[in-house]
Formats: sequence, C-alpha cells, structure tokens
Amino acid sequence: MNVNNIKQQPEEKPLLSVKNLNIEIQMDNAVLNAVDGVSFNIEKGKTLGLVGESGCGKSLTSRSIMSLNPKECETTGEILYNSTIDKKMNNVNIVDLDPTGKKVRSIRGKKISMIFQEPMTALSPLYTIGNQIMEAILLHRTKNKKEAKKIALEMLRKVGISDEEKRFDQYPHEFSGGMRQRVVIAMALSCNPELLIADEPTTALDVTIQAQVMELMKSLQYEFGMAILLVTHDLGVIAEMCDEVAVMYLGKVVEKASVREIFYNPKHPYTKGLIKSMPKLGSEKKRLEPIEGTVPLAINMRNKCGFYDRCSERIAGVCDVKAVPDTQLSADHSVRCFLYSEYGEEEKNA
Amino acid sequence: MLKYILRRIILVIPVLILVSVIVFFIIQLPPGDYVTHFAAEMAAQGETLTQEEMDELRATLNLDRHWFVQYLFWMKDILLHFDFGHSFNYDEPVTAVIDRYMALTLIVSFITMAFTYLVAIPIGIYSAVKHYSIGDYIASTIGFLGMATPNFLLAIILMYFSYVNFGDPLLGLFSSEYENAAWSWGKVWDLAKHMVIPIIVIGTASTAGLIRIMRGQLLDEINKPNVVTARSKGLSESRILFKYPTRAALNPIVSTFGWTLSNIFTGSTITAIVLNLPIQGPVMYNALLGQDMYLAGTWLLFMAILTVLGTLISDILLAWLDPKIRTEIKGG
Ligand SMILES: Nc1ncnc2c1ncn2[C@@H]1O[C@H](COP(=O)(O)OP(=O)(O)OP(=O)(O)O)[C@@H](O)[C@H]1O
Ligand SMILES: [Mg+2]
Repeated sequence: MNVNNIKQQPEEKPLLSVKNLNIEIQMDNAVLNAVDGVSFNIEKGKTLGLVGESGCGKSLTSRSIMSLNPKECETTGEILYNSTIDKKMNNVNIVDLDPTGKKVRSIRGKKISMIFQEPMTALSPLYTIGNQIMEAILLHRTKNKKEAKKIALEMLRKVGISDEEKRFDQYPHEFSGGMRQRVVIAMALSCNPELLIADEPTTALDVTIQAQVMELMKSLQYEFGMAILLVTHDLGVIAEMCDEVAVMYLGKVVEKASVREIFYNPKHPYTKGLIKSMPKLGSEKKRLEPIEGTVPLAINMRNKCGFYDRCSERIAGVCDVKAVPDTQLSADHSVRCFLYSEYGEEEKNA
Repeated sequence: MLKYILRRIILVIPVLILVSVIVFFIIQLPPGDYVTHFAAEMAAQGETLTQEEMDELRATLNLDRHWFVQYLFWMKDILLHFDFGHSFNYDEPVTAVIDRYMALTLIVSFITMAFTYLVAIPIGIYSAVKHYSIGDYIASTIGFLGMATPNFLLAIILMYFSYVNFGDPLLGLFSSEYENAAWSWGKVWDLAKHMVIPIIVIGTASTAGLIRIMRGQLLDEINKPNVVTARSKGLSESRILFKYPTRAALNPIVSTFGWTLSNIFTGSTITAIVLNLPIQGPVMYNALLGQDMYLAGTWLLFMAILTVLGTLISDILLAWLDPKIRTEIKGG
C-alpha cells in the first residue's frame, strides 16, 4: 500500500498539515475516539470544507488547530503549521505546544483565528463590542489605543456595520444575532490572520443573513488572502465556498476531494447519501432521501467501519472486522472504504 | 443612573413604613407587657404591686391604648424629635442605649464583613480554577466544617486555645485595664487582639457560604463560550480569568450583599453572648426577654432598615456592574 506515494508532493509546504490526529475522551468506563486518524492539508489562501453529521468531531478537530480543546481531550498526532508571515514558525507542531504557553498564544488571534459555532454567546455581555474587538488588536498589532480603535472601527465598517462609532460603545445585547456574528467576524479578522477557522458560522442565523455572512467571508478572503477552514453540515454552503472538501463520519475523514469531485463523483456510500439527501433547486418533486439509521458512539470502532450499520453497500465479514484503510484514487481524491481498496477485494474473492 | 437611584430611594419609604408597623405589631404581640414583667420582678423581691398601681403605671406609659395608637405616638416622636422611646430596663432613652453599643457593633460587623469577602473570594477563585485538586478539597472541607460547626462551639474552642496558649481567653472586646481608658494606640491594639476570635467565629459561616457561591459561579463562567473566544485571541490565562469569569461571577455575590450585611449584624448574637461582647446582639436579646418594647422595636426597625439599605446598595452596584441592567435603566 504505497498510498501516499501516488500523491505528488506540492512544491511548497501547505499552510497547515494535519496528520493522523487523534482525540480521545475518557468516558466513565470507556474511551471515546472522538477524532480518529484525521489527516488533511489546508493550502494558502484556499478554503477547505469540513462536513459531517452532528457529533462526528468537526468542532474538536477545528479547535485542536488552536489548541483550544477542553482538558479532558487527549490529543495526539501532528498539526504542522508553516507560517508565511513568520518564517520562524516553520513546521511547528501545534499539538506539542503548551496550550497556555506563549508560543501558542502568539499564533492565536494573530496568525490563526476562529469564529465559533455559538455567535450569541461568543461575546461577553459585560464589555462593549469595542473593548472586545480591540483586545486582539492591542495584543498583536499595536499598543496604541487610538490606533487600535481606528483599526477596530475600520473592521466594523468592513463587515457592514454602519454607524460604527456609536456601535463601538454598545454592548452585545444591543445587537441582533446577525450583527453579533458580524462583530465576531470583525474580531477574528482584526489581525489579518493567515487562516480563519469558521465553525458553523451561520447555523444560528436565518437564511438570508446566512447568505450575507458567507458572502462577506468570501469577499474578505479575497481582500486579505487568508485560508479558511469552513466547518458546516450544509452542502450548499460547501458548494459555494470551498475549493476542497473533507467528509467526516464518526471521527474519521471518510472522503477527501476537490469540491467538483465530491459533488459529481462521490465515492463513499456516506458521501453519496449526503449528496442525495441534499435538496436541489429546480429539481421536480423527487423525494429527499435521508440516510437511514443513527450514528453509533465512537467506542471500540477501530476495527470496523463506522458507517457499517447504515451502509447499503457493506461487505459483511470485511467491513465489520477490519480497520478501513485510506485509498488514494487520484491526486486530489481519497476515500476510506473497502469498496475501493484492493485489499478488501482480495479478501472478498478469497 | 442618578434618576434610578433616586427612584429606588423613594420606593424604599413605603417599605420602611410598612416594616415599622409590622415590627411594632410583633413587639406588642407576646402576652403581658412591661408592667407584668416589672410586677413579676418586684414580686420576686418580695414586693407586690396592686392592680391600681399597675393600671396607673400602664396609663403613664400609654400601654393601655390600642397598639396602633401606641405605634403612632412612637412614630411621631421618632420623626419629630428623633426620640425612639424609653428603655424600661435601662431606664434611659433608647437612643442612649443604642448609642453606647453602636460604634463597637459597627466596627465588629464591618471588619467581619471585609474579612468574609477578602477570604472567601480568593479561595473561591482558587477552588474553581483548581477544582478537584487537593487544595480545592481542603478548602471545601474546611468550608463545610465552618458551616456545620455551631458558632458558639467554635467560640468556646478558640477561647480555650487562646487561654491555653496565651493565658487569656480574650473575653469581651477589651482587657480590664483598657475597658474604661481613653483611646490610645495601646487600646486600639488591645481591641484588635480581642477581635480576632469574634471575627473568625462570626465570619466563618458566611465565609464558607460565600466560597461555595463564588466557586460555583466561577465554574459556570469558566466554561462559557466567551472565555474560549477570549482564549482564541491569544490572551493569557490570568488575564482571561480576571477579565471574564471572575468579573461575571461577582454579580451574584454583589446581589447577596444585602442579606450578608444584616446577617452579620444579627447572626452574631449568640456568639456575642458567649464571648461577652459589648455589642448590640445581647442587648437586643435581653430587651426581648424583658418586654422592653421600645428598645426591642428600635432594634428590629434598625435591622429592617439595614436589610433594605443593603438591598438598595446591591441593586445600585448591580446596575453599575451589569450593562444589561444599565441600559434598561437608561431606557426606562
Ligand atoms: N468535552 C467533552 N466531553 C465529552 N465528550 C465530548 C466533549 N466534547 C465533545 N465530545 C464528544 O465528541 C464528539 C465530537 O464532538 P464535536 O463537538 O467535535 O462534534 P461536531 O461534529 O462539531 O458536532 P456538531 O455539528 O453538533 O457541532 C461528540 O460525540 C461529542 O459528544
Ligand atoms: Mg460542532
């Protein structure tokens, strides 16, 4: 299985390279493999989408990039970061950094920043918007308060908040949900990060505002040239925003490909199901096909495909007894499924 | 903000009127009055009062009138002459009795309160940040012990230790040589020494309670998304701790300020008796036993005012601390 050799090494190192990331959580009497051998790359200025059902480990994966997971998470593997702005940050393994230490803090907010899943609670009710936006600016860009305020006001204007001088001194409860999310975006972008992690940035917002916020992120990406890791379970958003997609299921990346490949040539039964369950505008009254069954817990699932119980193409005696290997189908398409692995075929024919 | 404070103060007035009526009603509620108590005392000394003598005494003291009329007389004197009535037991004006004990009572209460907050808040923060550590367990255990041990018992234990180790149980608030001496550094030092035990005894129960509140609140706040947001900006842990969770956890602490204030005032009665402290608690206790109605009434009224005042202070502090409440005030 010289899987990795097929892929051509890109000349430049990717901005971020996640390799075999594992996150284990000790439960009462078992270990939850919440994230299990996840690998992906994020290239400079590109957008990677991370899709998957609720609970598949998207948030844990994305938070571990900033070393922000709670204490009970036991993280192993590599998250290699190659900064383009700071040449000293070369091949830094974020997993190995002290989560409260100076080094990781010099990355947070400055080089990598994050928009969280809960825009309503991400801001503290006790301080003004201005105070909270200026915090990162004062920490990473300038010590001068006047200058910091100027930058903050400019950011607020950029994310489409009018009357920013007045808004600057208001508290979060004086903002609507959509406005608050704009503030959170302004906050995340205030130090021109190289990578923006957006964990379901629009789930809490209504549809029109969702579109606005996405549009905003796209235009800001165009302006600042940052890379984005976009976590979502909305394939529509993926189609619109992403260059590449990683599909997660039960703590594992089951398929990884360019956005075109994912939509026109999905391989994994789970990805196929996802695409089928996606409503299409203009398509006649075809019924949506939900994926049957429920997601099991990621406990003792290492030697079995997590999707086995719900899969319509499962191979009994193969998929439920072995760890599924990753198969590289082409330069930009890999899948973790026995249907595409020679090894699996051999076993079946034998 | 000023308008809000003014409105709150005006709202306090009807509350106080109602409270004073209730206080007076309760005070005259027990069967018998000061005259019966006085007669019983005389009888114990071998003298008997005739019915006429008793009725006469009642008439001079206005005790034969309806209680509400008595209340009105009382209020009139308070409002017009700042005269809270006459203490039968001490045979002097109530204000004189209270005056004598007030300064020391206030000193003991406020120092105890400062002790409570200064000890409880840092320990609460420590317990929350290092929760389930050995330090947290020790703090919690001592806290629960403090809450569970009756104050008078703790007082006796500490007096015993003080006696064994220093040869002085530190009873009262002054040593005999300073009791009636003029104020001097020596007297202040003597007072400070004598205050250690009362403050520990009176303070522990509320300190323990406050530690639990602070710890619980902080544990709640520490896991809030806004803390993770702050962390994602690259702030240091200590900066985050004080700016976000601690600041947020202080709001509920501030809102309990009102009852802590009156609690420390009254909660110390039994301790004060055991420790022989010349403060209000024991005086009040005797006034209630002796049907010394004006003294008891004034004391109760004073407690009520303290509680109302404490609540008022809490509300104003909260309004000042909580932006949400602040905007509501501005709006309304
Ligand atoms: N602190 C924690 N303690 C215990 N289990 C946790 C903790 N955090 C996450 N998990 C578990 O880890 C798994 C992955 O969680 P994660 O939050 O990454 O899911 P997600 O893909 O982001 O889901 P969603 O779409 O609902 O946000 C879930 O099964 C979750 O229950
Ligand atoms: Mg999530």
